[in-house]
Amino acid sequence: MQRIGVFVCWCGTNIAATVDVQAVSDALAKEPGVVLSANYQYMCSQTGQDLIETAIREHALTGVVICSCSPRMHEQTFRKTVARAGLNPYLLEIANIREQCSWIHKDRAQATEKAIILGRAAIAKVQLNTPLQAGQSPVTKRALVIGGGIAGIQTALDIAEAGFAVDIVEKQPTIGGKMTQLDKTFPTLDCAACILTPKMVDCAQNEKIRIFSYSEVEAVSGFVGSFRVTIRKKARYVREDVCTGCGLCTEKCPQKKVPNAFNLGLDTRRAIYIPFAQAVPKVAVIDADYCSMLKNGKCGVCAKVCAAGAIDYTQKDELVECEYGAIVAATGYNPIDLSGYDEFAYSRSPDVVSSLEFERLMNAAGPTGGTLLRPSDKTHPKTIVFVQCVGSRCSAEGKGKTYCSKICCMYTAKHAMLCREKYPDTDVYVFYIDVRTPGKNFDEFYRRAVEEYGVHYIKGMVGKVSPEGGKLKVQASDLLDGRQLHIDADMVVLAAAIEPDKSARPLATMLTASMDTNDFFTEAHPKLRPVESPTAGVFLSGCCQGPKDIPETVAQASAAASKVIGLLSKDSIVCNPCVAQPDELMCNGCSSCEKVCPYGAITYLDKEFRGPNRTTLLRRVAQVNPAVCQGCGACTVACPSGAMDLKGFSNRQIMAEVDAICR
Amino acid sequence: MNRDLTQTVARIAGVNPRACMRCGKCTGACPAYDEMEYHPHQFVSMVETGRIDELLRSKGIYTCLSCFACIERCPRQVEPARLIEAVRVLAERKQGADHLRPQDIPARLDPDMPQQAITSALRKYRR
Repeated sequence: MQRIGVFVCWCGTNIAATVDVQAVSDALAKEPGVVLSANYQYMCSQTGQDLIETAIREHALTGVVICSCSPRMHEQTFRKTVARAGLNPYLLEIANIREQCSWIHKDRAQATEKAIILGRAAIAKVQLNTPLQAGQSPVTKRALVIGGGIAGIQTALDIAEAGFAVDIVEKQPTIGGKMTQLDKTFPTLDCAACILTPKMVDCAQNEKIRIFSYSEVEAVSGFVGSFRVTIRKKARYVREDVCTGCGLCTEKCPQKKVPNAFNLGLDTRRAIYIPFAQAVPKVAVIDADYCSMLKNGKCGVCAKVCAAGAIDYTQKDELVECEYGAIVAATGYNPIDLSGYDEFAYSRSPDVVSSLEFERLMNAAGPTGGTLLRPSDKTHPKTIVFVQCVGSRCSAEGKGKTYCSKICCMYTAKHAMLCREKYPDTDVYVFYIDVRTPGKNFDEFYRRAVEEYGVHYIKGMVGKVSPEGGKLKVQASDLLDGRQLHIDADMVVLAAAIEPDKSARPLATMLTASMDTNDFFTEAHPKLRPVESPTAGVFLSGCCQGPKDIPETVAQASAAASKVIGLLSKDSIVCNPCVAQPDELMCNGCSSCEKVCPYGAITYLDKEFRGPNRTTLLRRVAQVNPAVCQGCGACTVACPSGAMDLKGFSNRQIMAEVDAICR
Repeated sequence: MNRDLTQTVARIAGVNPRACMRCGKCTGACPAYDEMEYHPHQFVSMVETGRIDELLRSKGIYTCLSCFACIERCPRQVEPARLIEAVRVLAERKQGADHLRPQDIPARLDPDMPQQAITSALRKYRR
């Protein structure tokens, strides 16, 4: 026979003002199996907890029901209390009579009645509770950072600083990401390369950090503490350990007409190349799409000039398998494709550029050596029009993105300011819908562009750009002055919306991490757990979680690192024992549960069962990995044969609760 | 402020003027800007704030070319040209009511006009 104790909390007046707590404890005392029913002002206080502990010992309770606030608030507190008194912590049930009762009802009689019903349901459930033991699983003391931009670099450096090994996987031949392409950074205008390249070098020199450049994550299995990851090291046709990065091959290669991706196609490079001078690792790579040796076996110039003998045309992709305790997604962003925006003539005129292209045109290491020249005729532009919000803040039905890309207002102010500073004879117009500058010293920066540098900020939008006779005819609205403007511009710069990198979606599938409709990774809690994915052991850093500027990215990267360090500093982790459990005899092997499981916790196994007349039957049955299962219960609902059950929330327990409520 | 008319116009147009974020791309795109009394973004704002009577009185609604540049460019799918067309439709539907009062009819009657035509016209336009 069960011996259940019921404890009703007043929560000061939070519960007691709307619910007659004495009536509740009196009514619940009459329930079957209940041997004790008490109420107290604050159950979570030391005195309240002592009351529960003493009662468990004195009355030899076999189950405890606490009618109080949401289990999200104090379930852990009370589980510890129960455990201290020697009872299994999973023999505790909480009836939420605050958030789900006293706070939402006004009528005292009705609220009291509902509190009694909620208590009754919890009593019915606790009768069927079984003691559960939380398992332990070991933690591999190595982290994986996917993406080697500023977010990934900062996360890796911080993890390494704490003494843990960390690997960076970067799909480009060098780490550094988008920040390597930037010229100056707002709001202090320090040079991006000057602040980034030392960090890149730190990564390369730190013995705790391994860099897999020109590599991609191929497959992920396992769970928090022990992920198993396959990494594809793409063939670069240059031996990384031998190449000295002298760059002679990149000067001698006869294939000169390869669009330079680092400069966004604004100039050309050779088929063998080093992305830029400060690349880490500084190792050449052959572009197989353009190399004539790889395409038709003729040439071999690079192999001839290479003093180190690093060129290897026979190199193949290599698969590396590693174990990790934690994974950080830092896959970053890209500007959207602007070819859908014909009204701005992006595809029709080379002088209409995206902001990132403009960044390269201003950069000392860019295609023009830092002199601002029009791509079409290499002359100085005298009138430059900047258009904000291109593809951002659009309606969901349209072609753009619904969100604000967040960084464009500031980088456009920076571009406009730099133009006016370097070339005071230029006229710079910025067409804006709103100027959004919430950040430290951000609005001051924008005001400086207007007040000190004389940038013409116009509230309105460009409706049409048409290339005519070497000029760009810009037709726009000036909403504050109530007029339509016609500007003969030499250059038009479009602040393209940013979107998550295309590799993020397949990666999320591999990690079973959730994403929003825009393909940004979702965080475990939008306010309180912003750098964790809902999938245990997966953390988020930088723009893969949402648009961010550099200071914010670095802050989030360090936050993600601290979460990883917290995980890796444990030798083992306690698992949640409330996990799914299949009844192998009832399982028909249909895979329904495997398909709905958002965590990849379910696998199938061909298992031998004893059949009639001493025969053996081979049947396909579901297996749940308790370390991966998060206890969401999706499989229990999907299972057509009722074979899947959730420990601590079994079908019988839920039905008992429903019965108690309907009684 | 006439909320009923705003709703009527929005219903006829099939777009939601509240989705407008005041970017002005429609007005930036409009090729008939100089000819228009009210410009596309103003149309949206006037419909939204219920100033439909002013729009109905304006000759401006007929200078819109219906080139649909604003429909094409609007990033929020507010599509001003649809609202303008809806106001025109509203104006047309009001024509009978505005122009012909029953007491004015006898003076205008043509003796050769069949009686049935007059009766049917009255029935059609409900005086």
